Amino acid sequence: MNRFDYVRPHTVAEAIAAAAMPGSAYLAAGTNLLDLMKIGAARPARLVDLNYLSGLDAIEQLPDGGVRIGARVRNADLAHDAAFRRQFPAVCEALLSGASAQLRNVATVGGNLLQRTRCAYFQDTASACNRRAPGSGCDARGGENRLHAVLGWSEGCIATHPSDFCVPLVALGAVVEIEGPAGARAIPLQDFHLLPGETPERESVLTPGELVVAVRLPPEAAGFAAQSRYVKLRERTSYAFAVVSAAAGLRIENGRITEARLALGGVAAKPWRAEAAEAALAGAAPGAAAFRHAAELALAGARPSGDNAFKIELAQRIAIRALTLAAAGTPDRLPALPASPFAPIPGGLHG
Amino acid sequence: MAEVLHMRHGSNAGQPITRRDGVLKVTGQARYAADNHPPDMLHAVLAGSRIARGRVVSMDIEAAQAHPGVVAVMAPGNRPPLALHPDDKSVPFSFCLDLLQDDRVRYAGQPIAVVIAETLEAATEGAALLAARYEAEPVEVTLDAEEVFVPQAVGVGDPGEFWHGDVEGGLAAAARRLEATYETPQQFHNAMEPHSVVAAWDGDALSLDMPTQGLALTQMRLAALFGIRAEGIHIRSPFLGGGFGSKLLTGPQVLGILAAKLVGRPVKLVLRRDQMYGPVTHRAPTRQRLRIGATEDGALTAIHHHVRTAVSRFDEFFEPAAGISRTLYAAPAIAITNEAVRLDTGTPGFMRAPGLASGSIALESAIDELAQACAMDPLEFRLRNYAEVEPVSGRSFSSKALRECYAEGAARFGWAGRPLESRQMRDENGLLVGWGVGTATFPAHMFQAAARAVLRRDGTGLVETGAHDMGQGAWTVFAQIAADSLGLDVEQVEFRAGSSDLPDAGIAGGSGHTATAGSAIQAAGEQVIARLTELALTDPRSPLFGAGNVGVVPRKGRLVRWDDENRGESFADILARAGVAEIEGHGSGAADTAMAERYAMQAHGAVFAEVKVDPDLGQIRATRLVGAFAAGRIINPRLVRSQYYGGMIWGVSFALHERAVLDPRTGRVMNADLGEYHVPVNADVPSLEAILVEEDDPHVNALGIKGVGEIGITGTAGAIANAVWHATGIRVRHFPIGIERMLREARAPGTAG
Repeated sequence: MNRFDYVRPHTVAEAIAAAAMPGSAYLAAGTNLLDLMKIGAARPARLVDLNYLSGLDAIEQLPDGGVRIGARVRNADLAHDAAFRRQFPAVCEALLSGASAQLRNVATVGGNLLQRTRCAYFQDTASACNRRAPGSGCDARGGENRLHAVLGWSEGCIATHPSDFCVPLVALGAVVEIEGPAGARAIPLQDFHLLPGETPERESVLTPGELVVAVRLPPEAAGFAAQSRYVKLRERTSYAFAVVSAAAGLRIENGRITEARLALGGVAAKPWRAEAAEAALAGAAPGAAAFRHAAELALAGARPSGDNAFKIELAQRIAIRALTLAAAGTPDRLPALPASPFAPIPGGLHG
Repeated sequence: MAEVLHMRHGSNAGQPITRRDGVLKVTGQARYAADNHPPDMLHAVLAGSRIARGRVVSMDIEAAQAHPGVVAVMAPGNRPPLALHPDDKSVPFSFCLDLLQDDRVRYAGQPIAVVIAETLEAATEGAALLAARYEAEPVEVTLDAEEVFVPQAVGVGDPGEFWHGDVEGGLAAAARRLEATYETPQQFHNAMEPHSVVAAWDGDALSLDMPTQGLALTQMRLAALFGIRAEGIHIRSPFLGGGFGSKLLTGPQVLGILAAKLVGRPVKLVLRRDQMYGPVTHRAPTRQRLRIGATEDGALTAIHHHVRTAVSRFDEFFEPAAGISRTLYAAPAIAITNEAVRLDTGTPGFMRAPGLASGSIALESAIDELAQACAMDPLEFRLRNYAEVEPVSGRSFSSKALRECYAEGAARFGWAGRPLESRQMRDENGLLVGWGVGTATFPAHMFQAAARAVLRRDGTGLVETGAHDMGQGAWTVFAQIAADSLGLDVEQVEFRAGSSDLPDAGIAGGSGHTATAGSAIQAAGEQVIARLTELALTDPRSPLFGAGNVGVVPRKGRLVRWDDENRGESFADILARAGVAEIEGHGSGAADTAMAERYAMQAHGAVFAEVKVDPDLGQIRATRLVGAFAAGRIINPRLVRSQYYGGMIWGVSFALHERAVLDPRTGRVMNADLGEYHVPVNADVPSLEAILVEEDDPHVNALGIKGVGEIGITGTAGAIANAVWHATGIRVRHFPIGIERMLREARAPGTAG
C-alpha cells in the first residue's frame, strides 16, 4: 500500500518545511493528483495539503501595472475576474476552454502549471514510462501516439503538457514566483517546464520542497489586451484536451506589427513559445503571408514522434488562426464557446 | 383513426405525463442496486488481468489476505463450485462467463481474483497486493487478423450469408456503381451506473440487488449455474442507470454472488469505470464493403453488403451489420455476406441497435455517395428507391409511414433548396455548412411477457409485471397502459415492477419491452374487465343487465354502455353487490407469429443533420438535428421524444466521437475512462428536434406499438457523415470522423487508414 503522511500547514513556511521530506507532494484541488494516486501512477510519501493555508488566493494589481495571481486562486475565479479579463482576455479564454465547469471551480493556478501529462502510458502503471518510472522505457513509442509531441521530444519521452492556461501565459511572458527551503526566486514560465531529454521524470525546475506561490504577469503583457486570442482544437466541443492550440497577441501601429507573441499548446512537454515566429512578425504587415511564414517558423523544428505527423500541419494552421483572430481584435465579450473554432469569428473566414 | 385508437384504449395512453419516478430520481431517493447495504455486508473488488492472452502464473494471495480488513481472496483454487461450467450457455442471450474457472487469460481486464473485505478500501488494497504475474502470449486485437472465417449465423440467428436476385448482373448492368469500404471501431456501452450486485445467501435462497435488463433470464441463468431453484432467487432491479444491452447477467456480478457464498455474508461488488471495458461486452468493430449500383436515373440495381467483424476467441456473437440492407431500400438484387476474425478481447454483445447502428452508417453513406454519382438529391434518391414492400421477402409492411417521415422532417428542417454539390454553404463566420439525410429503421421485436392485474374492492387497480426501467420510463408508460386496460386513471392504479417475484416481463432489449410487457398488461386488464362485465351483465340489479349485445367498456372506474356512456355503474358497486373482494386477471404478450410471417414489421424514420466544419482546422460540430420517426402508437410522447433525442445523440457519438483505443501490442484499452472515451457533451448537441409521425399499425400487436429505444441512432450517424461530406467535399469512411481523418482525407482522399 502507498501509505503516505498527510499534513495541513497553515503558513507557506510550514508548508515548505513539511515538504522537505523526500517524496512529498503539494495538494491543492487534487483534480489531477488524486486521480493519479487512485490509479497508482503517483505515489507520494507525504501530501502537504495547501487548502488550509492563509493567503496565496488573491489577484493583486501591482503598482507597476502587472498582476500577481496567487497560486491558490481557482481557475474559475480568475477567469471571471472583471479587471483581469480586461487586461488578459486570452488567458481567460484559455482558462474557460479547459476541463469542465466543475473542475474549473476547484482547480488552482499553481496546480494547473504542475498538472501531469495525460499520456495514456504515463497513467497506466502496467505500461513502461520513463516519466513515471525512470528507465522503464516508453510504451507510447510505437503505441497510441496520435496526440503526442511534435516538438522538443526525446527518444525517452514523447508526452505533451496538457495545460491551456499556460499557453497564453507563456506567450505573455508570465513569471513564476517560487518559495523553497533555500528562499524565494522567480523564473519565467518559459523556463519553468523542462523538456524530457534524458530525464523525463524531471518536469519542472522546482527542487524538492519548492512551492509555486504566484504567477505574475508583467505590465507590458497587458499591452496585448486589444488584440489577443487563444484557439483550441479538440475532438469534442468541450471537456477535451487540445489536439493543438495557440495563443497569439499582437500590437499593431500604423498597419505594422510592432510586437507579436505566439505560443502553442499540445505540441510539446511544455507550453511552446515561438520566439522566432514572434521576431519575424515584428515589423511585418499583419496578414495571411506574414502569419503563414510565422507559423512555419514556429514549427520549423517539428518532427513526428509517431503516428502524428498531421499535428505539424495542424499546429501551423492553428497558429495562423490565432494570429488572424488576434489581428481582428479581441471581442468585447468572451464567446460562449471560449477558444472554439465555432465561436464567432470577427470578419469571418475567407476562402 | 387516432380517435378510434383513443376509444379503444382509454385516455391515459397518449398523454405526455412526466416520469412517475422523476422526483425520486432528482432527490436521490431512487434506490439503485449499489445503494443497498444489508447488515454484515462485505465489499468485494475485482482484480482484472493486465495481459490479454496467456496465463496467470502467480498471485500473492497471502499478502492480500494479510492486509487488515481483508476477509477472503477468491481465486481459481477456492472459488465455490458451480453446477454448470461458465462456458455453458443455458438460456437465450447469454454468454460464456469468466468465473475464475482456471488460470487462463483470454482478454485484458478478465477477472482473475476477487478480494472481499470489511471496507471498499481494504478490498481495493488487497486486489492491488495480489500483484499477479503472467505468462503472456502474443495478442491479436485488430480486424487485420490473418485467420478469417465465415460465421454460420450472425446476431441472433440471422443467416451469415444471403443472396437474393442476380447481384453481379445488377452491378454489371448499373450505369452508376459504388464500391467503398467503411470502418467502425470497437465501442463500449458505458452506462452511467456501473455493473453491480449486492448478494446475500440464506441456505439455497439467494437475495440480490442487481441491475438487469432481464430479470427472469438472469434468474434462470443463475439457477442453472448454481444448481438451485429459480424460485429461490429473488432479484430486485427497480432502476437501472442505463444498460444499452450490457446489463443481462455479467460475469463480474456472478463473481459477487460467489464471493457471498465463499464468505457466508452479504457481499457488494461494483465495477470501477475501467473495469467496464472488458468483461461486460462491447460493440464489435466492423469493416464493411458496400457494392451498390443504380441506373442512370437512380434506381438501385443491386446491393451487396459485406461485413468483416470480430469476436472473442471463446464465444460467439457476430455484429449483424449488414442486416439493414435486407429491408431498407428497394433493390431487385440484394446480397449479404459476413466474415469474422477471432481476437483476444472480451466477447462482443448487444449494444445500442446492434448491427443496425454500424450497418446504417455504412449503408446511408454509400446510398449518399451513389446519389451523388447519379447527380440526384439524396432525399429524392431515397424516395426513388422507397421500399413499398420488404425488398427480399415481398411481404407488405404492417405499417410504414416513412414517406411521411421524409416529408415532415424535410419540411421542418428546411431541406428544400439544398445545393446538390458539396462545399456550397457557409455561415456568417465563414464556416462550412453541410446538410445530410439518413433513413432510420429498427425492427419491431417482441419477446415473451406475462402480467397480473387486480381490481380491488374499492375500485382501484393493481398491476404487476417484472418490468425493467433503464431510464426509458417503464414505470410511467406501463402504468399508463395498465390504467387504460382497467379503465382507471393512472393515479388509481398501483403498478409494481422491477422484481423477479413478479410475472416475467421478458427483457428490456431490442426496443421491444413496451410492446411485449405492455401487451401482457393490456391482456391482464382486459381479462379483469371481462370478468367484471360478466358479473354486471348477469345481474338483474345492474343498470348494465342485458347490455350484452351493445357491449360495455370501462371508463374512469365505471363500466358503461358502449352506445351510451351515461348508463353504467362503478366498479366498486359491481364488486360490492356481487360480494367479490377482488377480481384477478392474467395476460401474456408475445409476437403473433402468423402476423409476423405475413408482414414485415419495422419502425422507420428520417433524420436530417446540419454540421459546421472549420475549413482550415477540420473540427466538426453537429449544429442541428431533426428526426421524424414513425413507430406505431405512442404511449407517452414526452418520454418517446426523450428516447429519440437519446438515440440521436448516440448517433452523433457514433459518427463523431466514440471509439475504444486498443494498443495492438498488449490488447489493452488505453482510454478506459469517460475523460478520454469521448461521448458528446452538451456543447456537441446544440439543437435537437424529434417529430412523432402518426402511424396506425393494426397488425404489429394489439396495442399497435413498435419500439422507440434504439431507432434514433440509426439514420442519424449516417446523416451526420453525409452532412460532413456536403459541407466539405470530404468523404470520411472511417468512423468516428475526427479532425485527423478530415485532414488526412483532404490531403489524400481515400487513403485514410
